[in-house]
Amino acid sequence: MTPLDNGRLALQALERYPLRTAMLLLAIAIGVAAVVMLTAVGEGARRYVTGQFAALGTHLLIVLPGRAETTGTGIQGMLVGETARELTLDDTIAIGRSPRISRVTPVVPGAGTASWRSRERDITVLGTSAPMLEIQHWVMQVGRFLPPGDLDIAQPVCVLGAVVADQLFAGATAVGEWLRIGDSRCRVIGVLAKQGLAGGFNVDETVMLPVANAQQIFNTSSVFRILAEARSADAVQAAKRDILAIIKQRHAGEEDVTVVTQDAVVSTFDSIFGMITAGLAGIAAISLVVAGVLIMNVMLVAVSQRTTEVGLLKAIGARRRQIIALFLTEAACLSLLGAALGLIVGTAGTWALKLAFPVLDFAAPLWASLSAVAVAVASGLVFGILPARRAAALDPVSALVKR
Amino acid sequence: MTAAPQLKPERTAPMMQLHGICRQYVVGDQLVHALDHVDLRVEPGEYISIMGPSGSGKSTLLNVLGLLDRPTSGQYLLKGEDVARLDDDALALHRQREIGFIFQFFHLIPRLTALENVELPMVLAGTAPKERRERATHVLESVGLKPRMHHRPDQLSGGERQRVAIARAIIMQPSVLLADEPTGNLDSRSGAEIIEIIEQLNRNGIALLVVTHDRNIGDRAHRHLLLRDGKIAEDHARDPA
Repeated sequence: MTPLDNGRLALQALERYPLRTAMLLLAIAIGVAAVVMLTAVGEGARRYVTGQFAALGTHLLIVLPGRAETTGTGIQGMLVGETARELTLDDTIAIGRSPRISRVTPVVPGAGTASWRSRERDITVLGTSAPMLEIQHWVMQVGRFLPPGDLDIAQPVCVLGAVVADQLFAGATAVGEWLRIGDSRCRVIGVLAKQGLAGGFNVDETVMLPVANAQQIFNTSSVFRILAEARSADAVQAAKRDILAIIKQRHAGEEDVTVVTQDAVVSTFDSIFGMITAGLAGIAAISLVVAGVLIMNVMLVAVSQRTTEVGLLKAIGARRRQIIALFLTEAACLSLLGAALGLIVGTAGTWALKLAFPVLDFAAPLWASLSAVAVAVASGLVFGILPARRAAALDPVSALVKR
Repeated sequence: MTAAPQLKPERTAPMMQLHGICRQYVVGDQLVHALDHVDLRVEPGEYISIMGPSGSGKSTLLNVLGLLDRPTSGQYLLKGEDVARLDDDALALHRQREIGFIFQFFHLIPRLTALENVELPMVLAGTAPKERRERATHVLESVGLKPRMHHRPDQLSGGERQRVAIARAIIMQPSVLLADEPTGNLDSRSGAEIIEIIEQLNRNGIALLVVTHDRNIGDRAHRHLLLRDGKIAEDHARDPA
């Protein structure tokens, strides 16, 4: 008996019970489609998040105060308390002197209210400096960015995000106008082109000020983050060591900052979302095993319904192996067809999701689709073995007695 | 098939030979002797009817002869080979090559056409598709069903179905045809046609064993067996009449 004959006989048997076959196909298809779509969502989220961080700029190093590891201070530390030393503008300047750092800028963010004439708007205030434009790969729409110069000089100027400019000035020319932010006033010298989201931060809703201005407004002398750009991708690790050495020297021998590199962030999120995706695939795969149990159930019914047929096959010379092959082929055809259907449904569903949420790049990874099909077929075969063996073990005489 | 049979079957050797065949079942807690020390010789090309009351062991005898059922004890030589102790697959192979079955309820596979049903033994035997088709068409033609060979069983009359079953039984050119109540489910006209066909096959050389309740059919055979309580009560040639 050739595999072709086997497949033909199996398909003819499936055709005989269209409703039952359709139900089983549906069960398997749902399982496979679930794997495809859930992994597509996971993968979409992964691409979105890593894309966001990659958009923050290449070769980027982020310096934040405090150490991202547990340090034991003992009973004394608990009594006296220990806070990480804050970052300052001088730290920023010192880091900028490293030959491996091409650009450096401080970041002092905060919430504020901007008003022009009678219009008022809640905004994000971002105190920073001239290199920020290049570090973040921002593009100007009109005017110029914050002027270079000493970080501690508070020039009364500001740069607007695209949405802020649109909303506050509503078509009027923003550049040259005086804007009130909290208690201080500043002249608008430029408007950024629309940037969209980057790292979960909406630049378009932001007003950029010289860092000294922001420090005045928020009444602080510290810096929230320092962003530094290494000269090249290869220099990132050396730049990180430089920064740590500089800070250690400046902070009385304490290495009390954390330097996060862009690729570390991206790869961390990458692996987190990769794991989430795999987890989703695993959960969805359970439904495939359930579909396998269903196949077993239906195949057992099929064997008892076709008892006389098995008896007849034996009477005309079918061997044990051939009968097992027949029923297993039937189970395999079911799971293969179901898996194919599931792939189609899953792909269509992914496509629909993409239409509904264009921001996220949904795409089921190839490994997920392949393993969904593999698990479907494997569970069909594994759960098909018991019914097939039962059929092969039937006694031909008693099998033929029944009509 | 590595070992050659020890005994080379001679031309004159019996086709089937039973020695002290017993077949016992346990029904509930009772032991039933369906066959009780049966001895039987069947020569090639014989035409034998097997009759007897219900439960006398007719069908069991036919099933043992057809290798569907295994005797509890005794010796069965099929063309000189002891087949009583062969495993399932070896029995399947012998059934495929030596034995054709005809059943009361036809046992056609409902989703296959007449042609496909007839092809089935060749499918199992691994015959090439082209040869399969040719031989099946030819055999269906010989039972007068060529025009209806693409019909499924539910589109055929009882007589036609049994003719498909006969075509299936002889497609592998067996040496014996075992028929269990072949007309039991047919009207008398179709039944007569079926008997006519299988008798023609017998005249062409195939041995024919028919289990039947019907005296008229049983009497047509050249040799009559009468079973009673698992034993062969009578065994005689047809009365010259």
